[in-house]
Amino acid sequence: MSGSGEAVGAILILVGAIFSLISAIGGIRLPDVYTRSHAASKSSTLGVLCALVGTLLFFLISDGYFSIRLILGIFFVFLTAPVAAHVLCRSAYRNDVPLVGTAEDELKDYYMENENTDEDKEEVTENEAPAIKLIDNETPLQVSET
Amino acid sequence: MKPNNVILQTVTQVAVFIIFTFSIYLFMNGHHNPGGGFIGGLSTAAAIVLLYLSFGIEKVRENIRIDYKKLAAVGVFIAVGTGLAGVIFGQPFLTQIFGHVQLPIFGDTELASALVFDTGVALAVIGTAVNIILSICEDR
Repeated sequence: MSGSGEAVGAILILVGAIFSLISAIGGIRLPDVYTRSHAASKSSTLGVLCALVGTLLFFLISDGYFSIRLILGIFFVFLTAPVAAHVLCRSAYRNDVPLVGTAEDELKDYYMENENTDEDKEEVTENEAPAIKLIDNETPLQVSET
Repeated sequence: MKPNNVILQTVTQVAVFIIFTFSIYLFMNGHHNPGGGFIGGLSTAAAIVLLYLSFGIEKVRENIRIDYKKLAAVGVFIAVGTGLAGVIFGQPFLTQIFGHVQLPIFGDTELASALVFDTGVALAVIGTAVNIILSICEDR
């Protein structure tokens, strides 16, 4: 009874630890803020999720205890970690952190023309379109870097 | 001015409900499990600060009309009042009682007067934390 719970929990937590290690190596090896954010957000989120699911299944199988807090934590991490990476990348881009490599910067033209139309050059005054377009343009950049 | 941080605001709308739920859970579990008034109040204050971060000070102030200074004062009054209630019944200051009550839905529930004291602590913590952060970020 408790042996199977320990096995399931151990395998999932090991997988989570390996993903976290891969994420840390990506944070060292990758050249750029955006590629590092790509490594740090995706694989460490998956690592944390694997560890939490392993803990949940361990307590569920071996003790018969269903922890609603772990479900809540899994949902919360799954919800907020990509948004944190998005906000970090966006503020890095707006502070002119350079891209490394062959990436063509399609977003730059958009921002330049958008800033020229504003008189006071206030970056807050934009409509909803740039926020959505920001993701669409960021995603191929990250993929092409790796 | 139109919104430009759609992703942050949308996720905040979901995440704030999770944080409020979890803080109420922490608050109610303080008697037998880890938690209590301080942690519950701090996580509620964290949710309110998250709202202020993503929606802006003016918009949240229009929708949540709470004076946090008064909230902290009310919390301290509640906490002191539970202590004085013991004095009224001839016991020492801050004497707490508990008993089992039959509630309609929950059945046999153990209620303690320490919950009222914890409510006072939680309100004081919420008021103090949000008030500190608001007075820091408004002083530009």
